[in-house]
Amino acid sequence: MPDSRADSLATAARRQRRLEAALPWLVIGGAFFLWEAGVWLLGISPFILPAPSAVVQAGLRWWQPLMQDSLVTLGTTLLGFAMAIVFGLALGVAIGSSTLVYRGLYPLLIAFNSIPKVAVVPVLIVWFGIGIWPAVITAFLISFFPIVVNVATGIATVEPELRDVLRALGARPLDIVRKVGLPRAMPYFFASLKVAITVAFVGSIIAESVAPNAGIGRLMMVASSRFDVPLVFAGLVVTGVMGVLLYWIAERLERRVTGWATRGQEGLTPGG
Amino acid sequence: MEIADVAMRYGGAEGTLALQGCSLSVQEGEFVAVVGPSGCGKSTLMRLVSGLWPASAGQVWVAGREVAGPVPLVGMAFQNPTLLPWRSILDNVMLPLEVVPAHRARLRAERAAYEAKAEALLKLVGLEGFGKRHPHQLSGGMQQRTSLCRALIHEPPLLMLDEPFSALDVFTREDLWAVLQDVWLERKPTVILVTHDLREAVYLADRVLVMSARPGRIIAERRVDFPRPRRLEATYDAEFNAVVAELRALIARARAGEEPDA
Ligand SMILES: Nc1ncnc2c1ncn2[C@@H]1O[C@H](COP(=O)(O)OP(=O)(O)OP(=O)(O)O)[C@@H](O)[C@H]1O
Ligand SMILES: [Mg+2]
Repeated sequence: MPDSRADSLATAARRQRRLEAALPWLVIGGAFFLWEAGVWLLGISPFILPAPSAVVQAGLRWWQPLMQDSLVTLGTTLLGFAMAIVFGLALGVAIGSSTLVYRGLYPLLIAFNSIPKVAVVPVLIVWFGIGIWPAVITAFLISFFPIVVNVATGIATVEPELRDVLRALGARPLDIVRKVGLPRAMPYFFASLKVAITVAFVGSIIAESVAPNAGIGRLMMVASSRFDVPLVFAGLVVTGVMGVLLYWIAERLERRVTGWATRGQEGLTPGG
Repeated sequence: MEIADVAMRYGGAEGTLALQGCSLSVQEGEFVAVVGPSGCGKSTLMRLVSGLWPASAGQVWVAGREVAGPVPLVGMAFQNPTLLPWRSILDNVMLPLEVVPAHRARLRAERAAYEAKAEALLKLVGLEGFGKRHPHQLSGGMQQRTSLCRALIHEPPLLMLDEPFSALDVFTREDLWAVLQDVWLERKPTVILVTHDLREAVYLADRVLVMSARPGRIIAERRVDFPRPRRLEATYDAEFNAVVAELRALIARARAGEEPDA
């Protein structure tokens, strides 16, 4: 009977996978349901906490400005994020492959990262004026740090023996970074992208609300000054959706590029 | 290869003195094993010979030249195989060719010839047909074989092996002894093998060097003149065991020397 046993194992695994795929939706649906029920049962005023149905209504009513503003935010975020990738990779490689650069720059980097970026926005406005640039730069400033740290870690933790093998062959430091350091850092890099993209949103929205020019941050500021709390929540929901989408894209990319880092585990679920 | 009165101290004047007054010389094409108590500086010796670190005192000569920095004359393999997980076995073996200046210039033009060479090496260590696989699809013993191929691909005249088999089970290890002996008989590189396994040392080497406890230096040497190719069964002969017992006694004495210090 080994066949039927393998079959039932495979069926169980399939069921498990289906459940795993459905679970996020179930949890989200459940949370919204509880929220709606709670608001109705406790009679909470929509100025304090609007029910999801009210949020959806506001979203539908104002869908045009919502779309426009979220596209603006998406654009500024992606621009800042792209800058963070380029700069973060370069600096990460430098820090990871040279102790000198590491010793010199790391304290400064940490100090810089501890500064709340809200405090920087006014300075950026003085420098760049009102426009998209304060938001782009804030998104960049807030999201490059995790990339730098992860890339540097990936490169700095190359096994000393492997380094010895290559150095003994006459490899220059640049060869070691290219052949070993960079490929090795890729899983770290992609892991950091997932963090970086979400905080990049935080950055641009902060800037948009401090310096209301355009974007979802400004929309929420305007809405809250009119006490249109449901619209504020609609903005929050749209932002969350964009964050999840970009996270998902980053994860897809990660799996394609750095499959080798997780291979050897995929065979564990039967029927895969 | 010649090492004259070498000393090595890690980390400044107060640092660990790993080697002191260490001298030895190895003939071209000779197979030498180095044994000694743990932490006596065997790996340090390897790093000095391959030019990875400069000696604090004394001189190291390889192939008639004083070693001042890394020279691509050496192939190295360590206790763990240190393969690159994102590369196929074949690409792992060919890594040195992308680095050694003499080869990297020709690699692109003569890729097919080089690949054939790598395949031939894989066949020699019993990994024929595994070139397309990735390291995680291979057992520990197979990975170590790959690592050995990587050490050999650029045909280094000097092969440095730092406990290459110590993480393997007895049967795999003995298989690889035979493989290494075959490789050596075929290509006759100079080999320096660091090991903790006295049977391994006696089976493989022409000469076994015994190091003292830290700071390490060579305190004894024992020629091994059994005819080649040696058979694995011979490692259970009385003659063979007598040599192993003799070395064991030497190391016990070397370790006892460390007692007052510890
Ligand atoms: N990079 C380093 N920095 C400082 N000290 C070191 C370094 N590498 C080794 N040592 C010290 O030098 C001594 C000799 O080390 P080495 O690795 O050469 O010993 P070994 O004979 O290879 O030991 P084992 O047999 O356990 O592998 C040890 O006391 C060790 O603590
Ligand atoms: Mg060692």
